[in-house]
Amino acid sequence: MSEKAVILVAEDDAGHFELVRKNLWLSCTENEILHFKDGQQVLDFLFRTGDGEKRQQDQSYILLLDIRMPKVDGQEVLQRIKQDRQLRKIPVIMLTTTDQVSEIDRYYELGCSFYMVKPVNYHRFMRAVENLGAFLSLKGIRVSSINGSV
Amino acid sequence: MEENSVILVAELDDGHFALIKNSLQSTGIHNRIQRFTDGRQLLDLLFTKTKEPHQQNGQYLLLMDVRLPDVNGIEVLEKIKKQPQLKKIPVIMLTAADDSKTIERCHDLGCSMYIVKPDKNEGFTDAVRKIGLFLSVVEIPQVSTVV
Repeated sequence: MSEKAVILVAEDDAGHFELVRKNLWLSCTENEILHFKDGQQVLDFLFRTGDGEKRQQDQSYILLLDIRMPKVDGQEVLQRIKQDRQLRKIPVIMLTTTDQVSEIDRYYELGCSFYMVKPVNYHRFMRAVENLGAFLSLKGIRVSSINGSV
Repeated sequence: MEENSVILVAELDDGHFALIKNSLQSTGIHNRIQRFTDGRQLLDLLFTKTKEPHQQNGQYLLLMDVRLPDVNGIEVLEKIKKQPQLKKIPVIMLTAADDSKTIERCHDLGCSMYIVKPDKNEGFTDAVRKIGLFLSVVEIPQVSTVV
């Protein structure tokens, strides 16, 4: 990404997060990566609630979102984001273990950008994350900055 | 992306379309690639106002330029994202247009990603290859025919 978009990763599995972080760190060297361990944390960041770090004005973001997470799950996070006039501009890529067709359809209906299934096989998982990293590293990718108060 | 998913490419420029098609195929993608040179043709297919054969329940992914004759890419995106079935289709904008107003409008309407075409052919080929490799690990939703 040409602009300094921040990559948000909402993932409760520490091992999966490490794999994703390592790959993105290699391919998207100029992008900051922030980790959230549950859905509430990422909502607090984006909606500027709670005590933790909050999103910056006029910054652009991309969100990699797991579905099964404690407190608030990925579906609710996606719904909240896509219902907000500002936050809806954030591209959200689902990264999950669920590969049911009905689930895939539902998340696209709710407005996710892409739905990726984490392969159970380690090498295939690595390859999937590598491909994601190479895609996000494209210099031509443009993301809108998010402004306004929510 | 399963083998029966169809990649729709809305691109007016012959050279760019050839490059997109060849680059996607060079990554091992064997999916059907269907080209449109204006927005009207594409809407006609999606809203089934054409006799052209296509699947009743199809999986589609759309790569679309902003600059298209007749109906432009932004208008097509708006129409697709307002239709309850078609809105599921992932739409990647791939265009030379690089102004923040257009970019913001497309994200607001719900494009999946907005990518500016690299100037040189080499960079363009590389970008489309990376898009293709990414698409090979992405799931595509089912849309049913609109009446």
